[in-house]
Amino acid sequence: MSTLKTYKNWRLESDADEILWVYFDKEGVSVNTVDKAVMEEFSDIVDSLANDHDHKGVIIASGKKNGFIAGADISQFNKFKDIDESFTMLRRGQQIFDKLEALRLPVVAMIDGFCVGGGLELALACHYRVAEDGPKTRLGLPEVKLGIHPGWGGSVRLPRLIGAPQGMNMVLGGHTVTGRVAAKLGFVDVAVPKRHLVKAAKFYALQPPKPHQPTLLQKLTNTKPARVLLSYYLRKQLRSKVNPMHYPSPFLVVDNFERFGVEGDLAMEKEARSCSKLFFGDTSENLVRIFFLQERLKGLAKESRFKPQHVHVIGAGTMGGDIAAWCAMQGLTVTLQDRDPKFIAPAIKRAYELFKKKFKEDYLVQRAMDKLMPDVQGSGIPRADVIIEAIFEDLKTKQDLFKQLELQAKPTAILATNTSSIPLDEINSVLQVPGRLVGIHFFNPVSQMQLVEVVKGERTDPSIVEKAIAFVRKIDRLPLPVKSSPGFLVNRILMPYLLEAVALMDEGIPAPAIDKAMTDFGMPMGPITLADTVGLDVCLSVAKHLSQYYPSTVIPKALVELVEKGKLGRKTNGGFYKFINGKQVKQPVDYAKPLQEISDRLVLCMLNEAFACLREGVVEDGDLLDAGMIFGTGFAPFRGGPIHYAKSQGIQELYQQFVKQQQAKGSKAPQLKEWDVTVV
Amino acid sequence: METKSARREVYIVDGARTPFLKAKGKPGTLSASDLAVNVGRELLARQPFSPQDIGEVVIGCMMPSPDEANIGRVIALRLGCGKSVPAWTVQRNCASGMQALDSAMKDILSGRHDLVLAGGTEAMSRAPLLFNQKMVNWLAGLWGAKSFVAKVQQWGRFRPGNLVPEIALLRGLRDPMVNLSMGQTAENVAYHFGITREEMDTFAIESHRRVAAAQDANLFTDVLPAFDTRGAYFVADDGVRRDSTMEKLASLKPMFDKKFGSVTAGNSSQVTDGAALLLLASKEAVKKYQLPVLARIVDTEWAGLDPAEMGLGPVYSSTALLQRYGLRLDDIDYWEINEAFAAQVLGCVAAWESDDYCRKNLGLDKAFGRIDPARLNIDGGAIALGHPVGASGARIVLRMVEILKRKQAQRGVATICIGGGQGGAMLIENVSEVTA
Repeated sequence: MSTLKTYKNWRLESDADEILWVYFDKEGVSVNTVDKAVMEEFSDIVDSLANDHDHKGVIIASGKKNGFIAGADISQFNKFKDIDESFTMLRRGQQIFDKLEALRLPVVAMIDGFCVGGGLELALACHYRVAEDGPKTRLGLPEVKLGIHPGWGGSVRLPRLIGAPQGMNMVLGGHTVTGRVAAKLGFVDVAVPKRHLVKAAKFYALQPPKPHQPTLLQKLTNTKPARVLLSYYLRKQLRSKVNPMHYPSPFLVVDNFERFGVEGDLAMEKEARSCSKLFFGDTSENLVRIFFLQERLKGLAKESRFKPQHVHVIGAGTMGGDIAAWCAMQGLTVTLQDRDPKFIAPAIKRAYELFKKKFKEDYLVQRAMDKLMPDVQGSGIPRADVIIEAIFEDLKTKQDLFKQLELQAKPTAILATNTSSIPLDEINSVLQVPGRLVGIHFFNPVSQMQLVEVVKGERTDPSIVEKAIAFVRKIDRLPLPVKSSPGFLVNRILMPYLLEAVALMDEGIPAPAIDKAMTDFGMPMGPITLADTVGLDVCLSVAKHLSQYYPSTVIPKALVELVEKGKLGRKTNGGFYKFINGKQVKQPVDYAKPLQEISDRLVLCMLNEAFACLREGVVEDGDLLDAGMIFGTGFAPFRGGPIHYAKSQGIQELYQQFVKQQQAKGSKAPQLKEWDVTVV
Repeated sequence: METKSARREVYIVDGARTPFLKAKGKPGTLSASDLAVNVGRELLARQPFSPQDIGEVVIGCMMPSPDEANIGRVIALRLGCGKSVPAWTVQRNCASGMQALDSAMKDILSGRHDLVLAGGTEAMSRAPLLFNQKMVNWLAGLWGAKSFVAKVQQWGRFRPGNLVPEIALLRGLRDPMVNLSMGQTAENVAYHFGITREEMDTFAIESHRRVAAAQDANLFTDVLPAFDTRGAYFVADDGVRRDSTMEKLASLKPMFDKKFGSVTAGNSSQVTDGAALLLLASKEAVKKYQLPVLARIVDTEWAGLDPAEMGLGPVYSSTALLQRYGLRLDDIDYWEINEAFAAQVLGCVAAWESDDYCRKNLGLDKAFGRIDPARLNIDGGAIALGHPVGASGARIVLRMVEILKRKQAQRGVATICIGGGQGGAMLIENVSEVTA
């Protein structure tokens, strides 16, 4: 037997059953990602396998404790010189995988943990895939979420293997599935518990059955007539979700599929061709940027030794109850306090519904439910590591509460308020140790909004802020450190935008036109619909609150009148829009002028406030501001966030537009402060 | 022989129960373990020690669901006691909750544990409907049929009678040895001592009145709120009837001996869901965690008697218990005799007052004594609260602890009759600190 070659990123081992184990063990990192060096070594391995007569089969596995392959190295995406270079890189990868697929030896991918993007494309080029059946193993092709699409054959091989409807669904949706689901879909041969994983992989290597084939019906879905028909529906479906101008990549996948199908090298070449172009599009650049912004938020307080186990939440209303449920779902012990069981019971019901939706399996639902204890007596206070106050917005009540909490809480616990309007330094003034109070500000609905503002008062101890950030990470949310100034970051920037939108209505522009203008811009929801959804009473009270601090805030008449009439939006079945059973009645857009005039005006309002926040140091830098607005409000991600958008459009030009706009409105020009380029 | 080594003692340091929830003709929203978890998590949350510091968990339960095998362990894990705290389940029919306390006590006395969570739980409303034997055999035939023809033939053998279910609750409340339902054993006791329907109904009304009064005076401080997953919450026992009258009770038909019997649904305990848990501790644990002492469990006694008169069980177990300590009936300040049936509680009192009965059955030379009704079940009992069989034995001990503290009394006995012909009794002493 010849000796095995050694590589930097791969480790080859022969076992007693004459199986060659190819471990992917990337040098110097804890998670496997694919880059050029990895690929070149892999190419060498595949070449040697073509002439290998010493082994009966090959198993490709991860040499890392955590995961199989996390995909291509995203940091390489923006380093390509030009489209030719990216095209060459993709074609090279495709060819290596083609050679892998053509090997005479049976090749098994043994997947334990995440296997996404380029990792799954590699696995799809193997003859068999064996996956661990557990919650940590996730498989998928999430490339579209970064504005590109698979480029190493994934968008060709997957529909070929399991038929177009399921295959395209995976590629276009970009979602991941468990090993069990993957096995059901057919692109994993078997999903087994970890205790059988090696046994199963060896079985496929030593007694290789016929590789998985699509059913006849699945095969038919890849024929030309079926592709034409299917593509029509796929495009229709896509268009109802995303705008092709904003997110071109899934549409290109459908185009390629329709024209070139899933067989032969032409399909591969076209995949590489369109993907290589996407790398250079704004969308991809911005989405990759956001990916790294997200990584930055995830990396905050990474070194912290604070490991909270028990959270005590006071106030079982919508926010408090949902915060408690979320924490319990993340495995923390949670006590939820309110004055009477009647205030807690609805929160328990909502928690149950959330767990049912997220976990599906009853024993996991029960496990989470058991973590969430209603606590009228406040028994959880002395045990909690984190105490979050989420009661109604009243300074005196909060002060009294925290005074009590300070006496009962253990010394290492952090005291947090979910207030969105009361400055921390007014609350903490009654504490013996004011530095202990921090703001942990969640957004509604808690289970959907990733962002959590971690608010630092003047007196807040930096070590407490760090603990709060560590807590936010522990419950898998994205922490955004902000200064305690009225409205913090997200609400403050959002409010002038919402108010301006209502002002536009006062000027006679119909609500559907305003909403359409903003969804066209890329917002997940138009501002008028957003106001109706949040509740007009909530909007009004936040606006009133902010107007105390920011005199330029003008509260539109229409908003006040609706609230007076008790029309509060969706919850009262009527607001700016008509509602039937909580569902908005769609109205046609009836507006002759270009919608962009509307979106320009609204976006400029938002930008003006964003620059004010930077100037005042509400957040540390423009990147964090962008992250906050994207993860906190869904600000058009493909535009990279408000500050990035302003930069790409030219800050000075936009500022001049804003000045003109304000002058046209008359009174407010003198209060304008310049958008300072240097603060960015 | 007395040794010098300090005798181990068992203290009750805390306890709580769920509201007792009357079965409403369909399965309740909380399972037996749900009930125990509801009360147990808050009970544990208010302790200075962590759930992992407990030595063991002992739970009495007669009818856990199929998903609750060794329900004690299920409850312990759900309460966050962790994988290394052992847990077990005990059954002594209607006294399962008291059995759990006794078992816990023995483990503390033997020095095996210092801190034990013990009690009982029962979701009577969830007692299952079972396939009858004909259906089970028919299904076995169907599953055994290999060929299509055999399957068709087996379907041909199906009879509508196969679908008549077995009601597990009724079967459980029937003594298989003497072929009597529990209610019929109460009819036996009534017959034995000449207890009338009016006496039973009067007793029942008083039980409801006392529970209502205790509720109004906020005496049920041991009750913690329970929450289900559908947004409902329960804060108080819901079986009590404040509008009960003799006329209304008189209108009820005999439940067990149709036509001529006198035991009715109105003078029997209710079918109810509930859980009651106590924390028992040794002297060492009390000191270690600086726990408040509520009471001391002095001793327990179990006794057997004719299953056909099982309701008199408390007479046998309590008499033996008192004799062991040289105590007479009137040395006991307060009594909790579980109200399975009014006839049976009245029967116990009558038995102790009877020279003849005490001579023949207890080996005494005359009547053991009289229990003052003002010292018996002073906060009402199972006729108004219900009798979740796994939990009741623990509930009456917990009630006794509160009564002794409230009345600043010294001694109490909690005693319970047991289907199958047994009685259990526990002697409780009001102490506030451990003996040196």
